[in-house]
Amino acid sequence: MQQLLFAIFTMVGGVLACVVYFFGTNWLLDKIFPSKGLTGPQASKNLRITNAIRPWLFMAPALFALGIYLVYPVFESVRLSLHDRSGQQFVGLSNFRWMLGDSEFRQSIFNNFLWLLVVPALSTFFGLVIAALTDRIWWGNIAKTLIFMPMAISFVGAAVIWKFVYDYRSEGSEQIGILNAIVVAMGGQPEAWMTIPFWNNFFLMVILIWIQTGFAMVILSAALRGIPEETIEAAVIDGANGFQIFFKIMVPQIWGTIAVVWTTITILVLKVFDIVLAMTNGQWQTQVLANLMFDWMFRGGGDFGRGASIAVVIMILVIPIMIWNIRNATREMER
Amino acid sequence: MAGLVLKDIRKSYGAVDVIHGIDLDIKQGEFIVFVGPSGCGKSTLLRMIAGLEQITGGDMLIDGERVNDVPPSKRGIAMVFQSYALYPHMTVYDNMAFGMRIAGESKEEIDRRVRAAADILQLTTYLDRLPKALSGGQRQRVAIGRAICRNPKVFLFDEPLSNLDAALRVATRIEIAKLNEQMADTTMIYVTHDQVEAMTLADRIVVLSAGRIEQVGAPLELYERPANLFVARFIGSPAMNVIPAKITSAGAATALELTGGRTVTVDIATAASEVGKAASFGVRPEDLQISTGDDFLFAGTVSIVEALGEVTLLYIEGLVPGEPIIAKIPGILDVKRGDTIRFTADRAKLHLFNAAGQSYRAL
Repeated sequence: MQQLLFAIFTMVGGVLACVVYFFGTNWLLDKIFPSKGLTGPQASKNLRITNAIRPWLFMAPALFALGIYLVYPVFESVRLSLHDRSGQQFVGLSNFRWMLGDSEFRQSIFNNFLWLLVVPALSTFFGLVIAALTDRIWWGNIAKTLIFMPMAISFVGAAVIWKFVYDYRSEGSEQIGILNAIVVAMGGQPEAWMTIPFWNNFFLMVILIWIQTGFAMVILSAALRGIPEETIEAAVIDGANGFQIFFKIMVPQIWGTIAVVWTTITILVLKVFDIVLAMTNGQWQTQVLANLMFDWMFRGGGDFGRGASIAVVIMILVIPIMIWNIRNATREMER
Repeated sequence: MAGLVLKDIRKSYGAVDVIHGIDLDIKQGEFIVFVGPSGCGKSTLLRMIAGLEQITGGDMLIDGERVNDVPPSKRGIAMVFQSYALYPHMTVYDNMAFGMRIAGESKEEIDRRVRAAADILQLTTYLDRLPKALSGGQRQRVAIGRAICRNPKVFLFDEPLSNLDAALRVATRIEIAKLNEQMADTTMIYVTHDQVEAMTLADRIVVLSAGRIEQVGAPLELYERPANLFVARFIGSPAMNVIPAKITSAGAATALELTGGRTVTVDIATAASEVGKAASFGVRPEDLQISTGDDFLFAGTVSIVEALGEVTLLYIEGLVPGEPIIAKIPGILDVKRGDTIRFTADRAKLHLFNAAGQSYRAL
C-alpha cells in the first residue's frame, strides 16, 4: 500500500515538476526580456532574443537526459573498451584481440548472424501476408488484434510464456509444455527443446517473430491501404491474377515501407538480449552478443573492458543499418 | 453485328438500387459519351461494362457474346482512369507492356505494339522514364497508350481529363478525338460531367440522371430537341431559362400565358385536352435577342451585367421567383444595371414542356 502511494506520488510529482519547469522558465524568460509594454527597437530586440532562447529552454530537459543516458555512455564505452577490467589501466586494443580468439564470442557472432537472417525476414514476410489476407475477410480485424497482441507483452514476459510452450518433463510424466504434449500425443518422445544445439536458436527466434509479426503487420497493412485502388483495377483489366497483383503491383509500391520495417526489426535483433537471458542465458550454444556483453560486464566480478568492447562491436554493427533505416524512413515521408 | 448491347442492366448495393434498368445499343466504332450530374451512376455503369463492378440484373453483350460473368481481361476492353492509375514503380515501357507480358505475348510483339502506341502518342522519348518524372498530360497519354496496347474492342474512359489543367484538357481532348479517327473500328465509351467534352467528342450522348437514361442522341439533337426539362437544363451553358406558364389555346401552334401576364405563341403542336394545364416555357439564353419594338416575349429589369467581350450576360430578376433569367447577347452592349429590357426570340427555337417535364415536341 505504501509502495503504491509512493509510486502515485512520484508520478504526480514528476508531471507537476515538468509543468512547473516549462511554465516557470518561460515566465522567467519573459520577465528578463520583456516585450509587452515596450515599444520600438527595444521590444523587437527582446522578442528576437526570447525567440532564440525559448526552443533551447524547452529542449533542455530532453537534451540533458539524452546526453547523460545516451551520448555520454557511448564515449565512456569506447574509453572502457580500451582499458582493463577495472577501467583504470589503458590496454590498447588487447580487449578486441582477445575477442577474436574467444570461442564464445565467435559463437555469439554466428548466432546473431542467424537471428539477423531469419527473424526480420520471417517477421516481415508473415506481417505482409497477414496484412494482405486480413484486408479481405470480415473477421480480419479480429485476427489482426490477436496477432498484434504479443506486441503488448514485454520480451521477458513473452519468454516466460514460451518457456511453458517448450517445457520438458521426463518421459512418462504428464507434459505441461504444449509442444511436448503434442509430440507425445502423436506418439513421439518428449524433447528438451532448449538443449538441442543449433536448432534451439530457432526455437528462440520463434518468440521474437511471434512478437514482431504484429508490428510488421500493422505498418504494412497501413501501407497496403495507401496503394491507389485504380492501379489494382488497372492490373485486373490487364489480366493479372491475385498473385501477380500482389507481387508485381502491390509489393513494389510499398517497397520503401517494407525496407523500413525490415531494418527496424534488424536493429532490434542485433540488440536481442532479454529472450536469450530468460530462456537459456546463452547455454547450449545460444549465446548472442548482447547477452555476452551483459555476462562480461556484470557477472563473475565484472570485466568492464571486455564488456565495453563487445558493446562497441554491437554499436558498430547497428550504425550502418540505422543510417539506412533513417534514410528510408525520411524518403517514405517525403512521398 | 459487333458492338455493345445493354439489356435492362441493373445495379444495387444491398437494398439500394443505383442503376434502374439501362437499355442501350452501341454500334461498333461509335463514340458514346455518358454525361450526368455527380452520383447519377455514369461511372458505375462504365465500371460494370469494364467488369470492375458486378452486374445485379440484365444482360451485357459485347460482340454478341454475353459477358456478365466474363472477367475484365477477357472482355476485350481497355480502360483509362481519371487518376491515370499508372504503375508507379514501372517505366513507361513496362507500364504499357505489363498486360501483354501477363498474357504471354512474345518479346518482339510486345516491343512492336509498345513502340507503335508510343509513336501515336509521341511518347517514344519517354519510354525509359518512371511516371513520376512525367507531367500530368504525359501520364494520361501513357495511360491511353497502355489501353491501346491491349488492342481493345471497346475503349473505356472514366473522366480522363478531370485531373488536367484547362489548357492541357483542350489539347488532350483533341488528341482523343484524333485517336478516335485513327481507331475507327474501336468502340469508345467516355464518361464525363463536362458538357464541352461531351458535345465535341460524342457521336451520341447518353444523358443519365439518378440511374436512368434521360435521353440518348447526337449532341446537337440533344441541344435542339431535348426530350425533357432535365436534358434541356443539363445541356447548354448557361442553362436554359424556364418560365412557368399556362396553356391558353392548343393546336398546330400553342398559345401560353407566362407568369407575369405576357402571352406567347410557340410553333409546337398540342392537343386540345392540354388547354388550361400548367406547362414550362423554355428559351436558351443565347436564343434571346433584345427587342426594340412592341413585339416581345417578356421584359425585365437587369440586375447584373457580365461583359465577357465576345458576349454579354444579362441577369433579369423578378420574372421567376428565386431564379434569374439569363440572356446571352453577342458583343458588347450599352446596358446598365436597372435598365428595363424587352427580349424576343426566334419562334422555332422556343421549347415547351408539360407538367411532368416532358417536351411537347417529343410527345
